[in-house]
Amino acid sequence: MVDQSAVGREFTPVTARVEPGRLRFFLDTLGETNPVYRDEATAQAAGFAAAPVPPTYLFCLEMMDATVPFEFLTALDIDLARVLHGEQRFDYHAPVVVGDTLTFHPRVTSVTDKKGGAMTLIVVETGVTNQSGVHVADVSRTIVVRNARPS
Amino acid sequence: MSAARRAVGDRIVHKEFPPITRHRLALYCGASGDHNPIHVDIDFAKAAGFPDVFAHGMLVMGYLGQALTDAVAPSRIRSFSTRFAAITQLGAQLTCEGTVIELIEQGGEKRAKVALTTKDQNGEVKLAGEAVIAL
Repeated sequence: MVDQSAVGREFTPVTARVEPGRLRFFLDTLGETNPVYRDEATAQAAGFAAAPVPPTYLFCLEMMDATVPFEFLTALDIDLARVLHGEQRFDYHAPVVVGDTLTFHPRVTSVTDKKGGAMTLIVVETGVTNQSGVHVADVSRTIVVRNARPS
Repeated sequence: MSAARRAVGDRIVHKEFPPITRHRLALYCGASGDHNPIHVDIDFAKAAGFPDVFAHGMLVMGYLGQALTDAVAPSRIRSFSTRFAAITQLGAQLTCEGTVIELIEQGGEKRAKVALTTKDQNGEVKLAGEAVIAL
């Protein structure tokens, strides 16, 4: 079971490029038709240098370009089948647009046992910077591990 | 859309989405990079103790984000968070809503807090969240 010793653990930074084709696949999958995401002129009229990414896309970019998928689960010896997503948060500091190259820096910030050890909540916070070193966002996920038995 | 006219109690977000299909979940795996088999492989889901595959929480949050940016320009969103209150099953027909709950000054600008929910066709809350938007 994951314990307090995991707090502070950092994982391999992920570098991901915002590619227009991959972004279009995401937009099509969600049935997203808002022209600000699809049309450069509309995006520029809205004040962006190029088409911006939708609010949850940062989460995807980190997963898409991770060299080790689900690294934090493997590193903490957590079975993927026992994980649920508990909470998710995004704080946006600067625009992210098509053509940007982002770097994600994930680290564990808290581990909390619930229900007498039946569940463990793990918070992973990820700072995101762009190709110019601008801190564009902070992403925080809480995962719920369904433990095999209380301990 | 004059953001300055937002008032507490305004329901600014409302959008309904088509039923979630297995195909949508397969597409979302590829589109999002989240290849957890629990969302597409029924054998894996059953072995993990679930009756069937179920939607990615982030697909549902993606719909909520879409509903949000239909109402609020993406450049105005300062934060967006949610709690995943319940698993979203296949066939769920989701409705996303958002209501202004507070007007605040923060970071040198006027902002509003928007309470967000995603419910299925039975009214069960799947996501309960909040966005902070610049006015």
